[in-house]
Amino acid sequence: MIVADRKSLEEILGMVADREKILILGCKGCVTVCNVGGLKEAEILASTVRIARKKEGKPVEVAHRVLERQCDNEYVTQLADTVADYDAVVSMACGVGPQFLSEMYPDQVFFPAVNTTFFGGAVQHGVWEERCAGCGACGIHLFGGLCPIARCAKSLLHGPCGGSANGICEVHKDTACIWDAIVKKKMDTGHLEDLVAVKPFKDWRTARDGGPRRSIREELVKGNI
Amino acid sequence: MTETKSGSNLEKVLTAGHFAFTGECGPPKGANAQHLKEKFKYLKGSVDCVNMTDNQTAVVRMSSLAGCALMVADGLEPNFQMVCRDRNRLAMMSDILGAYALGVRNMLCLSGDHQSFGNHPEAKNVHDIDSMQLIALVKKMRDEGKFLNGEEIDVPPKMFIGAACNPFADPFEFRVHRLATKISAGADFIQTQCIFNMDKFRDFMKQVVDKGLHERCYILAGVTPMKNAGMANFMSKYVPGMDIPDSLIKRLKGVDKRDQAEEGIKIALEQIQEFKEMEGVAGVHLMAIEWEHKVPEIAERAGVLPRP
Ligand code: SF4
Ligand code: SF4
Repeated sequence: MIVADRKSLEEILGMVADREKILILGCKGCVTVCNVGGLKEAEILASTVRIARKKEGKPVEVAHRVLERQCDNEYVTQLADTVADYDAVVSMACGVGPQFLSEMYPDQVFFPAVNTTFFGGAVQHGVWEERCAGCGACGIHLFGGLCPIARCAKSLLHGPCGGSANGICEVHKDTACIWDAIVKKKMDTGHLEDLVAVKPFKDWRTARDGGPRRSIREELVKGNI
Repeated sequence: MTETKSGSNLEKVLTAGHFAFTGECGPPKGANAQHLKEKFKYLKGSVDCVNMTDNQTAVVRMSSLAGCALMVADGLEPNFQMVCRDRNRLAMMSDILGAYALGVRNMLCLSGDHQSFGNHPEAKNVHDIDSMQLIALVKKMRDEGKFLNGEEIDVPPKMFIGAACNPFADPFEFRVHRLATKISAGADFIQTQCIFNMDKFRDFMKQVVDKGLHERCYILAGVTPMKNAGMANFMSKYVPGMDIPDSLIKRLKGVDKRDQAEEGIKIALEQIQEFKEMEGVAGVHLMAIEWEHKVPEIAERAGVLPRP
């Protein structure tokens, strides 16, 4: 899923400082799963903003609501009747949500309440980790099912670099060296030879480097399915 | 490995079977060419070629390419270091061509320390290709005379291709395999990370020799003389990939502060002596960090002068 972190209250308050009637809009997708922007978090943020503004002597009217998915126009349209009732909308979805909203409602202002960080999952309660960088040409089967593009700080295809120590990445003492894990897995399974040949140069056109990407499913476009 | 691939001095020294002795020089944090030229004075005649570091430890300095050009102009042979952190494949290929046109004949292909270690940790990194592929790229440009896309190069760059190897990084058992891949990718010579843990290095070289890697590539052992116990402590704690045994720190601490520099040099000389006799070692790469003026003395005392 897409993982995100809530922005600080100060930053959010700063964005809406001159607004008097705002909507905090959650999303039932990934941000609900990673406990950052679902109904519960929208409700908490709404009341926190209300209290903070009252303290400042600048009371604000704050409503909250959640959409099924902010990355889907089918649900984004559900806001059509009420979107103009507010001075601003604060979206708690990943970066996709406030963009779909901005595109559908060009007269309204949508502020992002979260920082979208990565594609990953929870490794323990309350801890999420990155797993994929969306390079557009998945090759994890070549690396024991572990992705060096997203998980090695240098995206090495032939690691580990000279800074790998005791399974820890040179960049951060809390980060595992994924290359250490790849090598150990290949050694344990007796497939070290998979790592000795020089890999082809990666074609980054399928990644962000090729420009904004688009995925077209002809059969769906034509309405056959 | 009898015909010369690049015509570099280092290549000639090695192919003739001499024990190579290479040095290192960091470009200034500024455009101070004079400062560089002063360092060159100490290196001239003491070493076969000099590595010009490329934004080492991710700290911005004068470009390694410009440093190499200044070195060529001064009559000293450079080893052009290139890291994958700061350039994509376009910039790499154009710099390789530029370097060759300016008279550079040796290259060292590196991944590069992560930018978080340096003085611009906010920077975006590149890592379009990795060091293994950079070796293969330089080889393709040299041997096939082609760019990565297969287009012909008008005057291919004939580089003597170097790569680094850190026998002290983990997992240790894999290091010899990684070295073998670098050699298959096209490395003509290897310069190792600074060696302090001699036991581990002996063990590593035994694996190298068992696999016959020393016959496919020249291996230069990395030596860094310690200026004092403080430097040893610092490197052990803060420089990635360093393996500094406590016994070495103890030995430095065991002598008076004023004599620690001499003790550091003695340790380096003992290492060089051992490397001269160690099977599979073709030379020494001396990294006298900000201590270039000591290089002639070390070379002299190590008995590697005059250079061929
Ligand atoms: S190889 Fe690409 S698509 Fe596959 S997990 Fe890694 S970044 Fe994601
Ligand atoms: S230590 Fe491991 S994960 Fe970190 S940059 Fe080096 S190879 Fe990649």
